[in-house]
Amino acid sequence: MSYHSWGRVCPPAAHGVRLVARDRPLPAVGQPWLARGNGRSYADSGLEPAGCMLDCRGLDRFIAFDAERGILRCEAGVLLDDVLQVIVPRGWFLPVTPGTRYVTVGGAIANDVHGKNHHRAGTFGRHLRAFELLRSDGSRLTCGPAENPGWFAATIGGLGLTGLVSWAELALRRIDSRGIDATCTRFETLDEFLAIADGAVARHEYTVAWLDASPRRRVRVRGHFTWGDHVADGAGLAARRRRAGPAVPFAPPWSLVTPLTTRVFNTLYFHRQRKPVSQRRVDYEPFFYPLDGVREWNRLYGRPGFAQYQCVVPRVAAADALPALLGRLGAAGAGSFLAVLKTFGDTASPGLLSFPRAGVTLAVDIPWRGEDTQRLFAALDAITLAAGGTVYAAKNGSASAACFRASTPALERFRGFVDPACSSAFWRAVEAAA
Amino acid sequence: MSGVLIVGATSAIAEQVARRYAARGARLALWGRDAARLAAIAADLGVRGAAAVEQAVVDLEADDLPARLAALAARCEGLELVLVAHGNLPDQAACEADFGAVRAAFAVNALSAMAVAEAAATCLAQQGHGTLAVISSVAGDRGRASNYVYGAAKGALTRYLQGLRNRLAAAGVHVLTIKPGFVDTPMTAHLPKGALWATPERVADDIVRAIERRREVLYTPWFWRWVMAVLCAIPEGLFKRTRL
Ligand SMILES: Cc1cc2nc3c(=O)[nH]c(=O)nc-3n(C[C@H](O)[C@H](O)[C@H](O)COP(=O)(O)OP(=O)(O)OC[C@H]3O[C@@H](n4cnc5c(N)ncnc54)[C@H](O)[C@@H]3O)c2cc1C
Ligand SMILES: NC(=O)c1ccc[n+]([C@@H]2O[C@H](COP(=O)([O-])OP(=O)(O)OC[C@H]3O[C@@H](n4cnc5c(N)ncnc54)[C@H](OP(=O)(O)O)[C@@H]3O)[C@@H](O)[C@H]2O)c1
Repeated sequence: MSYHSWGRVCPPAAHGVRLVARDRPLPAVGQPWLARGNGRSYADSGLEPAGCMLDCRGLDRFIAFDAERGILRCEAGVLLDDVLQVIVPRGWFLPVTPGTRYVTVGGAIANDVHGKNHHRAGTFGRHLRAFELLRSDGSRLTCGPAENPGWFAATIGGLGLTGLVSWAELALRRIDSRGIDATCTRFETLDEFLAIADGAVARHEYTVAWLDASPRRRVRVRGHFTWGDHVADGAGLAARRRRAGPAVPFAPPWSLVTPLTTRVFNTLYFHRQRKPVSQRRVDYEPFFYPLDGVREWNRLYGRPGFAQYQCVVPRVAAADALPALLGRLGAAGAGSFLAVLKTFGDTASPGLLSFPRAGVTLAVDIPWRGEDTQRLFAALDAITLAAGGTVYAAKNGSASAACFRASTPALERFRGFVDPACSSAFWRAVEAAA
Repeated sequence: MSGVLIVGATSAIAEQVARRYAARGARLALWGRDAARLAAIAADLGVRGAAAVEQAVVDLEADDLPARLAALAARCEGLELVLVAHGNLPDQAACEADFGAVRAAFAVNALSAMAVAEAAATCLAQQGHGTLAVISSVAGDRGRASNYVYGAAKGALTRYLQGLRNRLAAAGVHVLTIKPGFVDTPMTAHLPKGALWATPERVADDIVRAIERRREVLYTPWFWRWVMAVLCAIPEGLFKRTRL
């Protein structure tokens, strides 16, 4: 059994131990270790190939659910998918969800994940009432906003480096229906995007935009902006019958994602919507998790694998930085189907190393082309840094280690909380970066 | 819905089966030997939708099994399913070095499973309905040098269940023999994994379906039926020279 990153570029970790009970002491593995969730981090922030992965997927039990108050306590290896299956029929929803439901609660904490409602709800960590942290010295710390607050802040967004979270307690959001009222509209310039975003965040709970990031010579910021809200008609919580979607059976030797396929796909997708504005009532699953329909879609990028570049830049810098980033991506011929543009609100993130901060965030999948891609990351990092922005460790990994280090002032304080036994390929790269 | 009893409820396969019944609102009873883990699993099944969950540490070698089962069936207004899942994988080399290890392997994998199956058979026959599902193994289909002690114990269990099925057919009780292939669980954590390995989730789906469809023998995943058919068709004179 080896552990891969989602992008399948980084060297996998060959060793792991599966944990099965939350009350047992951590196994003595005699080498550096790192907690492993469901492996949805793109690069090497979730891997320690030079050590042992403590696989948390066996810690997948619910502990208690207060369906009156919407408080859920569960082990850290429970998938958000399982959480949804339990809470939605009883009228509750995740307070924050990333773009895939196949992540664990522990992974959501360690990357302090954000969702389409960042402007209202902030990050995942803001909805944690408590969790337990296991350290390599055998101690067990219960952490919360008022209990061990230093450890609480270091572990949220702490990339698994402060120890292993065994269980967590989460405050949920009430819903009346599984449905989402979604509206989609086109934008053809950055100013248009920003204007739509400003209007939407004031009135709607969820906002996100798909960006046409096809490689081309002239930079264009065009795409579809979507906003949505939970349907409030007090009906329709019953589970849908689900069929497992198709799966990509193996990684072909070459990437199926090329500049040509990307351009064709993006052009068709952009023009799919004829009307300037369309409204639909949809189930929450396709609204939040369009990619979860095809299992193991990451294999489409073939054996070379792929990377994702995600950064956030302050709003004032966006007008210069975004076209520069897209221009650099276009020049490298490295754009892709999956590019997302979103604004973050100014709610402070609770973790020392949390990624989200006020501004505009861009995320682009990039087929991996070895050193070319590394150079591209360096160039993009330079633009991000100059704009006063930062990068997302869960996506970029050590390709952006120096940028992460330079743009994360809390790193100094964070070091004091790192467990001496914990380590990751990303963390070693950050510490080695000049 | 009447009760579902799971024996060896801390088994990874059994836990996945229990989750599927919990999601349907079943009333569950969990037997095992580790109180703390049983409690953690019971709480989980409660959140997943079980109507009620009780758990007990039970010595499967004690002779009060029939009485315990009868009391449980009375509390639950009948038992619709008894799943027997406990078992362990003995170290073949250790068994060759010390026959005590063979006795121990038979005690767990054959005798104690038969004891529960026997008690459950009587209980289900009395109520005149229900399913007795027991996890045996493909290893019981043919003896091999690499694990014949485990294989012989599971083979004995398979034979025992065959007899019970025959005995209980008239009483309206369904007996399911479950023969998993390689499943990635704590029991096999130390073994290298390959393409033939299945997840406990997958195996549990198969088990639930086989119970619903009142199948007699389940190979899970399905291809093991054919793998074992081929293995069992090889003449003994040839088979003895193989290293499988
Ligand atoms: C399709 C897709 C869409 C995504 N969309 C978003 C998005 O919208 N927003 C967003 O923020 N992210 C997004 N992500 C990234 C993803 O949410 C994060 O990488 C998440 O942390 C993955 O969780 P995981 O359970 O797979 O953990 P892994 O990737 O296995 O691990 C993630 C980190 O958590 C640590 N960890 C895991 N379990 C524990 C534990 N029990 N205790 C301590 N540390 C632990 C690991 O050490 C590692 O550092 C997306 C990823 C994909 C593939
Ligand atoms: N995994 C495979 O590849 C595979 C293949 C074919 C058949 N099987 C069979 O499937 C069944 C379930 O196993 P699993 O794969 O789910 O493994 P598992 O998770 O390791 O479960 C084993 C179960 O057996 C119990 N057990 C072990 N030794 C025992 C003893 N001496 N007395 C009482 N109970 C004992 C364990 O209890 P504790 O939790 O208290 O230890 C646990 O409940 C077993 O019968 C096994 O033989 C497994």
